[in-house]
Parts: sequence; structure tokens; C-alpha cells
Amino acid sequence: MIKRFLNLEWKAFFRSASFKVNVFLKILMGLGALYFIFVFAGLGIGLYFGLEKSGYEPLVTLNKFLIYYFVADLIARYFFQKMPVVNIKPMLLMPFKKSKIVNFALGKTALSFFNIIHAFFFIPFSIILLTQGFSPLGVIGWHLGIMALIYMNNFINVFLNDETVFVVLFGAVFVILGGLQYYGYFDITTYTGAFFQGLYEMPWLAIIPILVVVGVAYYAFTYFLKRLYLDAGLSKKTKTATTENMEWLDRFGKGSTFLKNDLKLILRNKRSKTTVFLSVLFLFYGLLFFGDAIEVYSGPFWRMFAAVFVTGGFLFSFGQFVPSWDSAYYPLMMTQNIRYKEYLRSKWLLVVIATGISSILAIPYVYFGWEVLAAIFVGAIFNMGVNAHLVLLGGAYIKTPIDLTSGKKAFGDKSAFNIKTLLISMPKMLGPMALYAIGHFTLGPVSGFALVAIAGLAGFAFRDKVFNMIIKIYKKEKYKTLQAYKQNN
Amino acid sequence: MIEIHNLSKKYNGVSVLNLERISIPKGQAFGLVGNNGAGKTTLFSSLLDLIQPTTGYIKNGGYEVNKSEEWKTHTASFIDESFLIGYLTPEEYFYFIGDLRGQNKADVDALLAGFEDFFNDEIIGKRKYLRDLSKGNQKKVGIVATLIGTPDVIILDEPFANLDPTTQIRLKGIIKKLATDKNITVLVSSHDLQHVTEVCERIVVLEKGEQVKDIMTSPETLKELESYFSGEEVI
Repeated sequence: MIKRFLNLEWKAFFRSASFKVNVFLKILMGLGALYFIFVFAGLGIGLYFGLEKSGYEPLVTLNKFLIYYFVADLIARYFFQKMPVVNIKPMLLMPFKKSKIVNFALGKTALSFFNIIHAFFFIPFSIILLTQGFSPLGVIGWHLGIMALIYMNNFINVFLNDETVFVVLFGAVFVILGGLQYYGYFDITTYTGAFFQGLYEMPWLAIIPILVVVGVAYYAFTYFLKRLYLDAGLSKKTKTATTENMEWLDRFGKGSTFLKNDLKLILRNKRSKTTVFLSVLFLFYGLLFFGDAIEVYSGPFWRMFAAVFVTGGFLFSFGQFVPSWDSAYYPLMMTQNIRYKEYLRSKWLLVVIATGISSILAIPYVYFGWEVLAAIFVGAIFNMGVNAHLVLLGGAYIKTPIDLTSGKKAFGDKSAFNIKTLLISMPKMLGPMALYAIGHFTLGPVSGFALVAIAGLAGFAFRDKVFNMIIKIYKKEKYKTLQAYKQNN
Repeated sequence: MIEIHNLSKKYNGVSVLNLERISIPKGQAFGLVGNNGAGKTTLFSSLLDLIQPTTGYIKNGGYEVNKSEEWKTHTASFIDESFLIGYLTPEEYFYFIGDLRGQNKADVDALLAGFEDFFNDEIIGKRKYLRDLSKGNQKKVGIVATLIGTPDVIILDEPFANLDPTTQIRLKGIIKKLATDKNITVLVSSHDLQHVTEVCERIVVLEKGEQVKDIMTSPETLKELESYFSGEEVI
């Protein structure tokens, strides 16, 4: 039976309309995975000696910070780990037990890269512990306990996929706890560290996390089993419609028709709401860079990188997928008397407005110095002038239909920003970084900012040209796009 | 109004549509019948430039559909749900289409007032998004939306399918009224021979992509079609 399911997955991949893009991205992702395996394995081997050399007790120190490791893992999973999307509805009537479907879907998550990667860290680390004369029983207990907790994260993430609120709360709580610890008010790690250390000192304690993971897995199993009914987890939730006139948008002229529609699109669909939420999260991304939290990122041009990211959250997660947002009714758009330019202008305007709002919200970053604020404003100009166009241009080639409601699948894939998007976004950040670096290392930071700003302003002049290019692509790719979007319906 | 020239469509070497020449004059109510796979939807899709024909071309109002986009100004169509925007309420959808066709709210409201019976009080003012309506009600919305802005050409794919009997009868009335208007060319496809003979002046039968019959509707047409499709045709 498992073989059948795997066979279906295989076909879904190879017969997908965006197959070529998928293969290319899979290769890139593979390289990325190798990189992470390398880093984790390196850490697993090196950490022990590194800590010892700097005069720390390796295991105790690791245990102390392990709680943050798990939190980071959970948050990374929320954003990047894909939920297993099994096309469930047609399976319901087939002559096999529903539990098989659920088992397969959950089993697939257990084999995910996000679980395996940790082994590359913990296995070498545990082996080194053994060679360094730690009690074998203790190390085994500790290791099993940790692995159980990683799998617990895996199953927790399955639930979290539905509940963005929890992730925010969770993240916020740990940001606060981290802050309290940093400033020495309250140290949560004394409690959690003791627990992790306890796993080593009293190996039988490993039973607790193992029991917990079994419990969570079982709960996940029953949770999804119960939802495998057309009127439960698989049903669409009906909400009373709200009507907005949005007449105030009429001032934007002819394009206002689309602008109104786009706003409704964003406000009324789960998938697009996540996008907005993410762009808010992006605002905080700069803390990693400007706060000197991570040393590698303190180089001057990383500032530019962060600035582009901070103001560009919406740009990257929404703009990237124009026109895919309209995939569900693309045939309608193609048969109506629509001026492509107005359609594009509306999306462009949305992106520009969102970027503007983000840069205003980012003003508090001035706390880290005027240079940071300058970087953010300059980054915003570059985003509006250059990246807004590039993103729309790139979107013209992305033919993945977007299921706006995502309600059809019980294990729906709701993350709007995935690894694919990240990869496609990369070049748009390297450009301003390079420009800034040129200015910075020749004439100093001011000229670096000026260079990026000038590039951004110059970009505005090319707007119509780029629009015409995009329109040409839309026209040329029209039939292929229609074909690809059909996969959704 | 509509000229089809040597139109053919092949998928991987298999011909699914092959029409030498069909000419539909302005004002005609044109019916298209055929079994599954006869090429009805393929024909309508190429008429709307949603798929690319392998050979030949279609002219709509003098414009080749894949060269110019002018035909879009006078053509309205409803093929399937992908012509609806799920996250809008019916009213918003009508106004959106109205906007695209240069009709203001009052124009649209005036038009909708004429369809109160047809909507059967299940569409307007229900505070529901289109995606939450039943298939039949979605279809009603799509069909009525094609009438906004008095288009010259209206294309409806299987308009009778999924509708309840009352609505089918009312829809027949609507299409008949359109058919009598000498400015409006209506193209309808259907599996229901009775409906299509009642509302169309001319019926073309497709089989496996080829045109097998082209009949001007008369009282005998229904019989003729029924015997054709039951395979007992006697000539």
C-alpha cells in the first residue's frame, strides 16, 4: 500500500506542469541540504573541542543552550518544512483503512530532512562524548532523549501549520526570555539546562521525552483521523461575507478596479493573509544583523542585505507570485477586456505601498545608528525602483497555481514563503549589496548609500519598459500559463 | 460575426478538432451538441483564445482572436468556475465585471433587477462569497455576468448542466429572448437535445472533432438528433 502512495507522489512530481523549474530547484535545494549537513556535522565534531578549548564544560554548556536550539528548530520547521500533501479526497472511498492514509502522511514527515539533519550534529557529538570518557549509559540516555524531543518538534509542527498565532506567541515568548537572560533578569536555561543535564546523569529520565513523543504522535494520528471527513477537516469553512466598497481607492484612476480586487484578495484568503503576516515578521529580521547578534553578519554590506529584506517582505512573498495569485480565475482574466498595463500597475502599486509602509515601520531601527536607518531607506528605494519590477518579471515565469483557500487539503501547505521563494529572491539582494560594497570600499559609506539610491531611482524610469517586457511575456506564455494553472482546478 | 477557417487542434498527434469552415452570422442563436470528447469545449476555448489551434484561425467580429484582443470588448463568456472569482460576493463580482465593461453600479443594478426570478432569492444580499455558493448558484452568477454591458457575442458552455428544473426553464426563457435579439449572437453547447433545439436556430453536431451535421432548427430537428445519437439514423 505504501508503494502505491509513493507511486502517486512520484507521478505528481514528474507530471507537474512546472516540472522543469521543480527539478532545477530540487538540485539547488540538494546543494543547500549538503551545505547544512556539512555545517551540522562540522559542528557536531568541532563543538566539543571548541568549547573545551575556551574553558567551558562542553556538555553542560550545550545543555544550557539546548532549549534555544529546539525553539529555533521549531520556528525553522514552521517556515520551511513542507507538510505532506496527500490528495486525500479521492482516497476516502478506496478500500483501505483511513488510518493508512494518516500513517503514510505522518510517516512522511518523520523522514523529513528537518529531522535527519539533527542526527548529523548529535551523533558525532555523542560519539566524541563516549571517546572522552563520559558514561556510556548516560550518553545513550541523553542522546535518545534529545532525539525524542526533535521528533516531538516534528509532530508539534504538524499542528502548528494551522495556527499561525501560536507560532507568533511562541516566538515572542522566547525572544522575551532570551532578552531577560541576556540582561540578567531571569535565566530560563538554569531550569531547562538542568533537565537536559539530568538526561545524562539519570539516563532513565529519557523515558519521559520518549513517552511524550509517543503521546504527541498518537494525538496527531487521532487528530487527523477524526478530521478525515468531508464535513470536518476536509471541509471549507464558510464565513459570512463582508462587503467593502473601497470607494476611496477610486482616486487611483482606472487601475482602481484591480486595486480593490487585490485588496479583497489579500484580506479574504488564508494564503495571502499569511503573506502579510510574514512581511511583518521580516521587519524584525534586521535585529539579527544590526544587533550584532551574529558576528558573520557585521560586515558593512550585510547591512544592505538586511535593509532590502526588512522592507521587502511583502515584495518578495507577494510580488513573486504575480500573476499566480489570480490563477484560480485566470481564464476569466484572459477573456475580459483587460489592459495588462492597468493590471500590472495595480500589483506594482500594492508592492510599492507595502514597501513604503514597511520602511516607515522600520524607523525604530534608528536606535542602532543613523547608518542603519539610511541603509533601510535606501534599501526601500531600491526595492521600489528596481526589485518591484524584477519581482514581477520573475513572477511571469512562475506557473505554480496558488490555492487561495488551502482548505481542500487537511494537511494543507499553507506557508506562503518557502525555500523556492527564497532561492528566487537571492539575486535581488545581492545586487544592492554589491553596489553598496563598491561605494563603501572606494569612497566610504555615504557614497555606498548614494549608489544604491541612484540605482533605485533610475529604476523608476524604466518602469514602463519593464512593464512592456512583462506584458510580452504574459502574452507569449499565455497558453502555457493557462495550462499550468488548470492543475489546480 | 464568427468565422472558423480550417481549424484543427492536435494533442500529441491525436486530432481532437478538425473543422473546415463554419460561419455564424450576426444575431444567430447557435447550438453545439456532441458526445463527450466531441470537441465542444475545445472549440469554445479556441474561440476565446484560451488554447492555441494547431492550424487555421477564428475571426470574431473581423478580428483574428489570437492576433488582436479587440474581440474581447464585444464578447462575453462563461465556460466553467474558473470564470468566477471565489473570494468576491456575487454583487462584487457583477460590479467588477461591470467595471471592466464600462458599466457603472447603477447600470449593473438595473440589469440585475431583471433577474430576480432567475436568482430565486439565493444570490443577492446573502452575504456569501462565490466560493461558498452551490455549483448551480455559481452557474447562475456566471451566466448573468455575461449579460452585463450588452455584448454582441455570448458564449455559454453547458449552461443547463447542474441547474434545477425551474432554473433550466427560466434559463431557456432568457436565452430565447437573447436569440430573438438580432444584434446578439449566442453560442450554446449542451448535452440536452431538447433544450438546445428549443432555444437555437441552428444546430451543429460534432463527433470526434468533426462536424457531422449542420441543421437549421425545424419541428423535426429533435427527432433527427435523437435518432442520430441513438445510432438508429435512417436517411
